[in-house]
Amino acid sequence: MYRILLCLRYLRTRYIALASIVSVMLGVATMIVVNSVMSGFTNEMQARLHGILGDISLEAYSTNGFPDAQGHMEKIHEILGDDVEAMTPICTTAGIINYRTFGRWRTQEVIVIGIDASTKGDVGDFHNYLQHPDNRENLSFDLREGGYDLYDHQAVLKDSGTLGKIMAWFLPRNEEGNVRSSKKLLPRTQMQDAGWEHRRDRYSRIYSEAEEEFGYRTSGDLTGQNAASTEGTSKMFEVLPPPEENATQQGTGTSESVPALKAPDTTPTTDDPFGAPVVQVFDPLKEQHSGAIVGMGLSLFRENGEDWFSMVPGDDFKLTFPTNGTPPVGITDNFTCVDLYESKMSEYDSRFIFIPLQKMQELRGMADPSDPRMNRVNQIQIKMKPGVDLDQACAKLREVFDPMIYNTLTWQERQMTLLQAVQLEIAILNVLLFMIIAVSGFGILAIFYMVVIEKTQDIGVLKALGASSWGIMSIFLMYGLSLGIVGAGMGMVIGLLFVWNINEIADGLSWLLGHPVFDPDIYYFYQVPYDINPWTVACIVVAAMGIAVLASVFPAWRAARMQPVESLRYE
Amino acid sequence: MENISKIIMRANGVHKSFTKGPSSVSVLKGVNLDVRQGEFLSIIGQSGSGKSTLLHVMGLLTYPDSGEILYNDRRIDNLSARDRDALRNREIGMIFQFYHLLPELNMLENVLMPMMIGQSFFQYQQNYRENRQRAEAILERVGLSHRLKHKPRELSGGEMQRTAIARALVNQPKILLADEPTGNLDRENEAGIIEILRELNQQDQLTIVLVTHNPAIADGADRTVHLVDGSLA
Repeated sequence: MYRILLCLRYLRTRYIALASIVSVMLGVATMIVVNSVMSGFTNEMQARLHGILGDISLEAYSTNGFPDAQGHMEKIHEILGDDVEAMTPICTTAGIINYRTFGRWRTQEVIVIGIDASTKGDVGDFHNYLQHPDNRENLSFDLREGGYDLYDHQAVLKDSGTLGKIMAWFLPRNEEGNVRSSKKLLPRTQMQDAGWEHRRDRYSRIYSEAEEEFGYRTSGDLTGQNAASTEGTSKMFEVLPPPEENATQQGTGTSESVPALKAPDTTPTTDDPFGAPVVQVFDPLKEQHSGAIVGMGLSLFRENGEDWFSMVPGDDFKLTFPTNGTPPVGITDNFTCVDLYESKMSEYDSRFIFIPLQKMQELRGMADPSDPRMNRVNQIQIKMKPGVDLDQACAKLREVFDPMIYNTLTWQERQMTLLQAVQLEIAILNVLLFMIIAVSGFGILAIFYMVVIEKTQDIGVLKALGASSWGIMSIFLMYGLSLGIVGAGMGMVIGLLFVWNINEIADGLSWLLGHPVFDPDIYYFYQVPYDINPWTVACIVVAAMGIAVLASVFPAWRAARMQPVESLRYE
Repeated sequence: MENISKIIMRANGVHKSFTKGPSSVSVLKGVNLDVRQGEFLSIIGQSGSGKSTLLHVMGLLTYPDSGEILYNDRRIDNLSARDRDALRNREIGMIFQFYHLLPELNMLENVLMPMMIGQSFFQYQQNYRENRQRAEAILERVGLSHRLKHKPRELSGGEMQRTAIARALVNQPKILLADEPTGNLDRENEAGIIEILRELNQQDQLTIVLVTHNPAIADGADRTVHLVDGSLA
C-alpha cells in the first residue's frame, strides 16, 4: 500500500520526472505514425501488385513461349483441381511505342502484353484500373464514343477526422469557399471528350490543316468552330507548353463539324502530316486500328495536381516489337488507344501496353494457321480460390512443368526484391526509432538516480519503520512503470490522433511550408494511406514501458541496497 | 527502580567500528546493557560517544561487529532481513532528532505509514477504518488532532516530533527507542515531548530508551546510564 501511495506522491510532486518521459512519448508517437503509414503504403502497394500479377504465373523463359495454352490450362486444372478459380493466357514481349504528340514524334520503350479480353479480368484487378466505366464492366478493344472518367475513380477520399474539421477553420480557403487541400481531386480535363469524339476532332483538324497548307478545299465552318473553345480547353492552354500544331487541335471543335468535312476517300493520302503508312482504305474518322490499352504513366504529366496526357483514348500510335523466331525481327503496326491503364504502380503504368492476344500472335508469327489451339503464348496467369496456399500450389506446378523451360512463381516471388526491400526498410526504421526510446531510457535513469539520492533519508526512515528492501525497490520500479505508462499512453494517443488525421496534418504542413509535403505528383495517391495494426501498437507501447522500468531498475536497486543508518545518521 | 520486572532487551558485548579507508574508528567497545520491561532508561553521553550507534544496533538498523542483541530472551541481531523488518515494524518504535517525517505525506498519512508497511494492500484496505481511527486516536493523544491534513513543512519542530512519536507508536510496539528527540527543539517543546514520553511510560507501561547528551533531560528518566568512549560507565 505504501508503495502505491509514495509512488503516486512522487509522481505528483516531481513533475521534472515527466520531462524525462517526453522523449518516450515522442518516440512512441513517431513509431506508431511511421509504422502505420509505412504499412499503409505497403498494403496499398501489395494489393496493387497482387491485382496486377494475379496469384501464380506460369511463364516460359523464352518470349517465344509455348504452344497450346488451352492444353496447359487443362493440365494446371488437373494438377491443382478445384483450387483454381480462373486462368488467362498472356503473351509479353519488349516493344517500342512511337506516337506523335504536340507536333513531335515521341518514342518510348514499353512492355507489350497480349491479353485475352474475356478472361484477363478474372485473374486480377485489371478491369479496375481502366478509365471507362463500361470497360471496367466488360472489357472491349473497340474505342468508345466517350464517357471516360473525368475524375480518377480510384481516388477514394475519406471523411476528415475531427482534427481535420477543427483545422479546416484555420486553413485558407479558395474562391468557392472550400479549404484548399492537396487531396482535392482535380478533373482530367482531356478525358471529357476522349474517345471517338476526340478521334474525329483530331483527324478532321489534321485534314483541314492539310487543306490550308496545300490549298485543298477549306471549310469556313470549321474556322468558326475553332474560336468556340470549351472551358476545358482554355484551361489547358494555360498549362500546356506553347501550342504546336496538334496541341491546338486537341479538344477543340465539336462533333457536329465532322459531317461538314469532305469524305476521306477524296483526300490524297500523301497529305497525312504524320507520314504514317496509312492503309489506303483506312478512314481514321470512322475506323480504328486494333485497340490497345496504354499505361497511363507513358503519356501522363502532372502539374499543380492536374493530370495532362500526351495520348488519350482515340489517338493512334505505332508499336514495334520482335517477331517470334531466330533471330527476332522488328515488326510494326498501328494501334488505337482505347483506354488508359492506371494501376498506380508507376513501374507498370509507365511501361505496359495491352493489345489483343490474337492480334499479337498474328503479328509475331505465334499463330498456327492450321490449328488455332496451337497458337503460342508465353505466360499463364492463375488465380486461386481464397485461402489456398500459393507456395504449395506453385511447388505442385513446378513438379510437372519443367523448371528449365517454365518459371512458375507466386506474385510475392515475382516481386520479392521490392517486397523485401520494403520490409527491410521498415525494420531499419523501427530499429532506429526504437533507439530514440532507448536513449530516453538513459534520461529516465539519470533523473531517477537523482530522485533516489534526494530521497535517501526517506528511504532510511521507511526501512526503520520496517519496509523491506524489495518494498523500497518496488516503489521506484513502480514509479518507473507509471512514468512509462503515462509516456507510452500519451505517445499512443498522440500517435493515433496523428495517424487518424494525417491527411489534415499534411495539408496544414503544406500550407505552413508553402509546398505540398505529400505531393500526389510523386506518390500517385491522393491521401496518405495508413493501416493501424493494434498488435504493432501494443508491442511499441509495451516495449516503451519496459524501457522505462528497465531504466529504473538500477536506481531502485541502489535505493534498496542503502543501509538505513547511513541515511539517518547525518542531517 | 523496578528491578523485579523482566528484561525486554539486552545488549551483550556489542562491538561496532566504522571503517573509512585505511583508518578504523571503534565506536562501541563491548557494551552490555539490560533494558527492563516498562522502564524509562536514558543513555547519556557526549557527542561521538557512540550512543546513537548503540541505539541503531538495538533498533536493528545496523549490525554489530560482534556481540548480540536479545529481545525477550531471543537473539535478534542475526535474524533474516524479513524478520528484522517485521520486528522493526511491530515491536520497536523509533524517533529521531530530525523527526524524519516523509515530506510528501500529510501528518495522518505519515502516522498511517507503519500500518501500510505492515499490512498487505488488501489487509490495509479492509482495515482502513480501524487503521485510521487508531492513527487519529494516537495523534489526538499527542495533541495534534487539528493538524491531520498538514504537510510536515507547515508544522513546528515540536509538532513534527509529536507526529513522529505518534508514528512510532501506531503499531503498538513494546519498546520505543528515542535518539536525541529534543536535540532540535526549544526548551518549551522539549518539556512537552518529555512530558508525552513520561506519560506513555507511566500510563501504558511503554519501555523507553532515550539517548541524549543533555543531563537535564536524562533526569526525567527512571534510570540513567553513561556511555563513555564506547562502553558503559
